[in-house]
Amino acid sequence: MKRIGVFVCHCGINIAATVDIESVVKDLEDYPGVVLVQDYKYMCSDPGQNIIKEKIKSERLDGIVVAACSPTLHENTFRLTCKTVGMNPYSCEIANIREQCSWVHKNKDEATLKAKLIIRSIVEKALLDEELEPVQVPVIRKALVLGGGIAGIQAALSIANSGYEVILVEKQSSIGGRMAQLSETFPTLDCSQCILTPKMVDVAQHEKIRLMTYSELEDISGFVGNFKVKIRQKAKYVDWDKCTGCGLCIEKCPKKAPSEFDQGLEKRKAVFTPFPQAVPNKPVIDHENCTYFKTGKCQLCKIVCSFDAVDFDETETFVEEEVGAIVVATGYDVYPVLNMDEYGSGKLPDVIDGLTFERILSSSGPTGGEVRRPSDGTVPKEIVFIKCVGSRDPEHHFPYCSKICCMYTTKHAMLYKHRVHDGQPYIFYMDVRAGGKGYEEFYQRAQEEDNVIFLRGKVSKVYQDDDKVVVCGIDTIYGRNVEIRADMVVLAMAIRPSKGVEELTRLLKIAIDQNGFLTEAHPKLRPVESLSAGIYLAGCAQAPKDIPDTVAQASATASMVSNLFSQEYLLHDPLITGVNEDLCSGCGVCVSVCPYDARKLNKEEGIVEVNEVLCEGCGSCSAACPSGAAQQKNFTDTQLSNMVKAILSE
Amino acid sequence: MQVSYYPGCTLKTNAKNFETSALAVLDRLGVTAQELEDWYCCGVCFSQASDNLMQQIAPIRTLVKAKESGNPQLLTLCTMCYNTLKRSVEFIKADEEKLETIHKFMDREATRFYGDEVDVIDVLSLIKQIGLDKLKEAVVKKVKNLKIASYYGCMLLRPKEIAIDSPDDPSIMEDIILASGCENVYFPFRTECCGSYQIVNEPDIVKTRAKKIIGSALKNGADLMVILCPLCYYNLDEVQAEIRKEDPRFQTLPVLYITQLLALLLGLDLDIHDFSLHSVDPRPVLKRKGLL
Repeated sequence: MKRIGVFVCHCGINIAATVDIESVVKDLEDYPGVVLVQDYKYMCSDPGQNIIKEKIKSERLDGIVVAACSPTLHENTFRLTCKTVGMNPYSCEIANIREQCSWVHKNKDEATLKAKLIIRSIVEKALLDEELEPVQVPVIRKALVLGGGIAGIQAALSIANSGYEVILVEKQSSIGGRMAQLSETFPTLDCSQCILTPKMVDVAQHEKIRLMTYSELEDISGFVGNFKVKIRQKAKYVDWDKCTGCGLCIEKCPKKAPSEFDQGLEKRKAVFTPFPQAVPNKPVIDHENCTYFKTGKCQLCKIVCSFDAVDFDETETFVEEEVGAIVVATGYDVYPVLNMDEYGSGKLPDVIDGLTFERILSSSGPTGGEVRRPSDGTVPKEIVFIKCVGSRDPEHHFPYCSKICCMYTTKHAMLYKHRVHDGQPYIFYMDVRAGGKGYEEFYQRAQEEDNVIFLRGKVSKVYQDDDKVVVCGIDTIYGRNVEIRADMVVLAMAIRPSKGVEELTRLLKIAIDQNGFLTEAHPKLRPVESLSAGIYLAGCAQAPKDIPDTVAQASATASMVSNLFSQEYLLHDPLITGVNEDLCSGCGVCVSVCPYDARKLNKEEGIVEVNEVLCEGCGSCSAACPSGAAQQKNFTDTQLSNMVKAILSE
Repeated sequence: MQVSYYPGCTLKTNAKNFETSALAVLDRLGVTAQELEDWYCCGVCFSQASDNLMQQIAPIRTLVKAKESGNPQLLTLCTMCYNTLKRSVEFIKADEEKLETIHKFMDREATRFYGDEVDVIDVLSLIKQIGLDKLKEAVVKKVKNLKIASYYGCMLLRPKEIAIDSPDDPSIMEDIILASGCENVYFPFRTECCGSYQIVNEPDIVKTRAKKIIGSALKNGADLMVILCPLCYYNLDEVQAEIRKEDPRFQTLPVLYITQLLALLLGLDLDIHDFSLHSVDPRPVLKRKGLL
């Protein structure tokens, strides 16, 4: 029989006040298999661990049971202690007599008895424990980054600069994302494109980055370090290998459609690049709007192309790749104005969202940076900005704060004032959240130097009256109703996760929260990992955030990926459920209950096979298996039955 | 098709023309509204003013009557009654404990009411349920360029839990107007409160609002305004006459119950209207547009 040592921890008075330690020690001393029982005030302390180490050696112990707090707290600590003196870590078991005993009971006699029974049952488990070694898994050192906005760009560059290969997948034809649409950035007012485009070029030129735009993730299988992905390259109808990006086709194309990049303020052609600084700077043909695809006539682009790059017969293609880690950086959309019935349901041309106003302010935008309103192109002399539109409104829209609006609206008002000196900007706000380096100073500047009028209160109604947009709101500081006959209104709409993210998360098997944003593994301590190993998060897909926060988070994400790639092997917990091939009848019940796709039925052999890396040791299959062939390591049926007997013995 | 019908007090006094026109229109559209026997006052907005359960008794007794009538759809014409009854239904459904207390109090009633048994419905939703196509077919007088401003008021739209349409951008009245062959005038104050009971103590509030609402409808080209609520009717029709007395330059706009307009378009008996009840006489406009 094995020689088991039991170490009972007082945990100060946490355990000792409710459990009679002396009685427990005495009880266990006579238990079969137990050769030593030792108590100590704090077993997890250095002296406590030293006692364990000494006793393992002096008493020639084969296994130990530490009766203390929950295994989630210190199981790892004590297993490492065992390892340093040459004992297999899996020969160390924890009997939880704190959370499951002393903390939840008041009666000392009852608690003491319960502690004894818990420890006895764990001794029974320890007696039959096998020595186990972690499963080793190789790592494919190549990352897949989904999304080519600033988050994806930063993550891709950072991983690539660490020397690992990256595939960057973007669904639009160019990378750049939302940041490329912005005018100037708070709080320094540097031009967004000027700081972004060099990074876009870096991505395109980086030898470790394979850029796949106009593409989307189609399928995925595998696990951390060993994902197999299938990427769908949408039909571009332009052979980018032949295309030089001369732009002649765009010039000659007779068909126009609203420009997504310019938020519909301007038209683009049916063959187009989203913006002049696009990377890659090659056009695609928009199937929905192209005259040739609609009527079978035109082909002007094909005729003018001197490089024979236009190919109307092009179809979508699929690329299969193997990667070790995936970064989800799919960004955000703006909640549409048409959801706001009180602000005109999107029917008033001079009531626009903040992103559209960014295009109006942008020097590369449709007005060349002059502030002109969409309806008639006049310069608005009074402009009202409304914040928290859809955000912080749990009753009608979304409960969360979209975080960036306070600062960008302040910036909007400031930039407007810089361009229209005799104009008057008003901002309706709930409160101003200017937390960030230089943000409060920026907000102060808007009030003091740019004469932006801040009105604390909500706007109840916006309506068109002749050529004015009338804004009815309340100023809660003065306690009076306010009516402003403005020329234009800009709504700081809520930030939403990008369209299609929900389907993507289903594909990746990662979680989203009640608002549709990706869920991190731990809100404080693991903010850039998803709950699925090997899948990481960055940018507004996880939660609304501004550019500095996005870049910081994407860098952190890249660091986690590099961390993963720096290991030669991944170690996987060996507490898994295998298959006893002699007992397995190949019924496949375990396959259907496995939540991790770890079990597969081999029909030829008539048995089930297990992927040890995918198995998380949840035990579902062990419970379901009718023949006892699926035995979880160190949790066998015999062990469990002995444990139950020990508990029922008193 | 048959529905049970709860008139409420105003429909039997000041708003007789609303009742007669609505019942006649529904009759033409094939719906019989069977008036509840022995009905009570709905309790008006006072029943919703505090959480005193006693105040719920009046609307619930009415709902019990409706349940007993065996016809689960209960039509209310007055929007105030609609609001009161519908909110009582929601109140009961939301709070089992309070429902229990109410049941204990109402121990002499033979019937118990749990909230789901009666569907309180307003006349607009009922017409929509009958079908706008059917309404279109029933129209016998085709009019040209009759521009209608539909005024919703609050009671059908707020709170949003009982709203019959979007509280801020509704369209059900405009849909009905369009189906009846008239033109819609959109004006920004169609869902603005008329001032309601402030007419009793602070009539100036109502006058200011009436000016704003009527002025906005006129500015957008309305020939007529149609409404549903007897109180809105008072505040927008009667008050116009008072404003006119103070300010002779004030331009008036005739106000009709939407069912009156429909009755005219369906070519129903003119006796149901009693135009003497109107402060701003609609007859000149109606004559001009060929409806009289």
